Amino acid sequence: MEIRSKEFKERAVFAIHDASLQQALGKARGGFVGKRAQQAAELPEFEQLREEAKNTKNHILDNLDHYLERYEAAVTAAGGHVHWARDAKEARKIILDICKRVDAKTVTKGKSMVSEEIGLNEALIEHGMEVVETDLGEYIIQLAHEPPSHIIAPAVHKTKDQVSDLFEAAHGGPRKTEVADLVNEARRVLRDKYFRADVGITGGNFLVAETGSSIIVTNEGNGDLTQTLAKVHIVTSGIERVVPTLDDATLFLRLLARSATGQETETYTTISTGPRRADDIDGPEEYHVVLVDNGRSKMLGGRFKDMLRCIRCGACMNHCPVYGAVGGHAYGWVYPGPMGSVLTPLIKGLDNAYDLPNACTLNGRCASVCPVKIPLPDLLRELRHMQHQQDITPAMQRRALKVWRYIATRPKLYHALEQVGARFLSAIAKDGSIRRLPLASGWTDVRDLPAPAGRTFLELWQGKRGQK
Amino acid sequence: MTETPIRGPRVGLFATCLMNVFRPNVGFSAAKLLEDAGCTVEVPANQTCCGQPGYNSGDYEAARALARQVIETFENYDYIVGPSGSCMATIRHDYPVLFQDDPVWLPRAQALSVKSWELLSFLADVLGATTSDAHYDGTVTYHDSCSGLRGLGIKGQPRTLLGEVDGLKLKEMEDSEVCCGFGGTFCIKYPEISEKMVEDKVRNILATGADTVVGGDLGCLMNIAGRLKRINAPVKVFHTAEVLAGLADGPGLAGAAKESD
Repeated sequence: MEIRSKEFKERAVFAIHDASLQQALGKARGGFVGKRAQQAAELPEFEQLREEAKNTKNHILDNLDHYLERYEAAVTAAGGHVHWARDAKEARKIILDICKRVDAKTVTKGKSMVSEEIGLNEALIEHGMEVVETDLGEYIIQLAHEPPSHIIAPAVHKTKDQVSDLFEAAHGGPRKTEVADLVNEARRVLRDKYFRADVGITGGNFLVAETGSSIIVTNEGNGDLTQTLAKVHIVTSGIERVVPTLDDATLFLRLLARSATGQETETYTTISTGPRRADDIDGPEEYHVVLVDNGRSKMLGGRFKDMLRCIRCGACMNHCPVYGAVGGHAYGWVYPGPMGSVLTPLIKGLDNAYDLPNACTLNGRCASVCPVKIPLPDLLRELRHMQHQQDITPAMQRRALKVWRYIATRPKLYHALEQVGARFLSAIAKDGSIRRLPLASGWTDVRDLPAPAGRTFLELWQGKRGQK
Repeated sequence: MTETPIRGPRVGLFATCLMNVFRPNVGFSAAKLLEDAGCTVEVPANQTCCGQPGYNSGDYEAARALARQVIETFENYDYIVGPSGSCMATIRHDYPVLFQDDPVWLPRAQALSVKSWELLSFLADVLGATTSDAHYDGTVTYHDSCSGLRGLGIKGQPRTLLGEVDGLKLKEMEDSEVCCGFGGTFCIKYPEISEKMVEDKVRNILATGADTVVGGDLGCLMNIAGRLKRINAPVKVFHTAEVLAGLADGPGLAGAAKESD
C-alpha cells in the first residue's frame, strides 16, 4: 500500500467534514469504549493481567531469537514450513512463489494486517489471481477499493447505507437494508469462494513456540473456513507475535477480546498446527508460515522496543480522541491511531510521516487502556525528538524553539515580554476576549482568546507582597 | 512581620506561564488556599517556564535548560506547588527522565520531583484538606485535564473539595476524562482537529445544564472558555482554585467584566 501520511493534514480536514464518516465514527466510538470498560471492571484481575502481559512480552522480546527458533523447529516437526522475510518485497515473493507453484486461481483471505503491510493483495491480483477477503469488514472495503481504516474493524468508517449500495452494485439487486440480510448475502457469496479456494491466507494473532501452532481469533468463523478448506494455508505474521507456550497464549487471549471489542472472548479461537494429517477429516495439504521482519528487528535493540509488545487489539485507537475525530484513513498507511503513529514512521521513515507523532495531544488515554502497557505518548514524543535531531521538524518551529529557549532562560527578559504581551492583549480585547489575532490564527480561527487582566501575576504579587 | 510562631511548610509557588499572563487570580487563589492551610508561600522571581513546550516538541536540550533553572530556583523550598497538572507532571515525571544520564543533575531532579505537587493534590493528599469555607452560587461541572488525571492521579480531590463549597452543586458531564483538544502547540498546529475535539467537549458541558465549568489546567480552560465564547454560550469558566478560594466572584475566563455582578 502506497503511503500517504504526508497528506495527513488535508486528509484529516476532509474527514472532519465527511458527514457519513462522522456518523459511522460516532457510532463505533461509544460501543467500543463502553464495552471495554465494562469488561475491565468485571474482571478483578484485569490490571494484574496487563502487568503480567507486559512482563511476559518483555521476556519474549529479550529472548526472541530463542523462541523463534523453537517455533520454527516445532512447525517443521508438525510438517509445516517456516519462511523468513526481511521486508515486504521478500514476503510478497515467498507467497507469490507458493501460489504460483500450486497454480492458484482463487485465494481466500482471513483478516491479516501484515498482508496489508506487505501489499499482498495487489501483488496477487497483478499475477492474475482472484483474491477474496472473507472477513465481512475486509470484504466491504475490498468492494469499495479502500484500505482498512481500523486494525480490527476495517470498515468502521462505512455506514449501513453505504454497505447496502456496495452490495447492490456487486451482487445485483434487490437492495438489502437490514443488517441480517446484508450479512446473509455476504455469507452466500463467500461460501462458494471458500470451496473454490486454492490457497487460504490468514494472519496469526499468536504463534506458539512449544507446539508450532498459529492462533487466530475471529467473530465470524471466516478465518476457520479460509484456513481449513483451501489446499494450502499460508499464515502471515510479524516476528514479534511468538509466545512460548499455550498457557502464555491464554494470558493474551484473555486481554485481547476484552481490550479490542469488549467481549469476554471472541466467538472463534482457532489453533492450527501443521497441514492435514493422514487421519484428519479436513485441513490443508500444505501449511506455511511467513514470518515478516520489515523493520521490527531494528526496533528490538532500541528505544522503541516497547512497541513490539503490541497485540493489535485496537484499544488505543478506540480511545484516541484524534482518531475519533478524523478516522483511520487520515493516517495514510496501514496502521492508524496511536500505535500506527508510532509504527508508520519507524517502518516507512520519519520524514514520510512527520505529522503522525505530532498530531497528538499526549493526553495518555491510549496508554491507560493498552493491554500490554505500551507507553505510546512517550514513544510519540521520542519520535518528535528524533525528528528534531534530524532536522525533519519545520525550520519555523526550530527557530521558534531557539528564540523561546533564549528568552525563557532569561527571567527578566521573559517577564518584561510577558508584561508587554499581557498589556497588549488586554488593550485589544473586547468583552473579555480577542476574536482575531493574525499571528495566532490557529487559535483564533477556532475559538476566542480569553483576554489577560493587563498586569501579570508576578507584577501584582511583587506589588502586594514586595517579595524578591 | 514574622510574629506567627508556628511555621508551616515553606512552599515555592510555581507561577505557570499561562497563569502569569492570562489569569493572575489563579495565583492569588492558590496562595490563599495554601496560606489558609498553614503554609508560608513565596513566589520566587527567577522562575519562568517548566520547559514542557520544548520537551513535547522534541527539543530535549531546551527542556533541560529550563529544567535546570526550575531546579535551581525551587530546590531549597520544602515543596514546589503549582496550579497546573500539566506543568507539575512535567517537573515530577519528566525531569528525572530528562536527566537520566546525567549524574550531576539527576539527583537534584529527583529531589525536586518528590516534593513537587499540583495544587489540589497537595491540599488534599499532603495537607489533608477536606473542607472548604468558600461559597459559590451555581451548578458546576468539572473537566478532568489529562496530565493531572493520568499523570498525577487527580480525580477525587477536586471533586471532594468542590463538594464542600457552600451553595455549589456539582454535576458530572459525559466523557469528562476525554481530552478537550488543547494539547499545547497541538491546538495551533492542527486547529481543525482541535476544533472537533473542543466542540465535543463543549457539547458535553452544555448538556449538563451547568452554568460554570471548572478544571485544573489553564490551557484546557482557555481552550474551552474561548470556544464557549465563540459560540456565545453563557457558561462561566474558572480554575478550581478560584472557586475553592472564594475568589470566583469576578468574570470567568473570556468573560466580560459586565457579566459579573
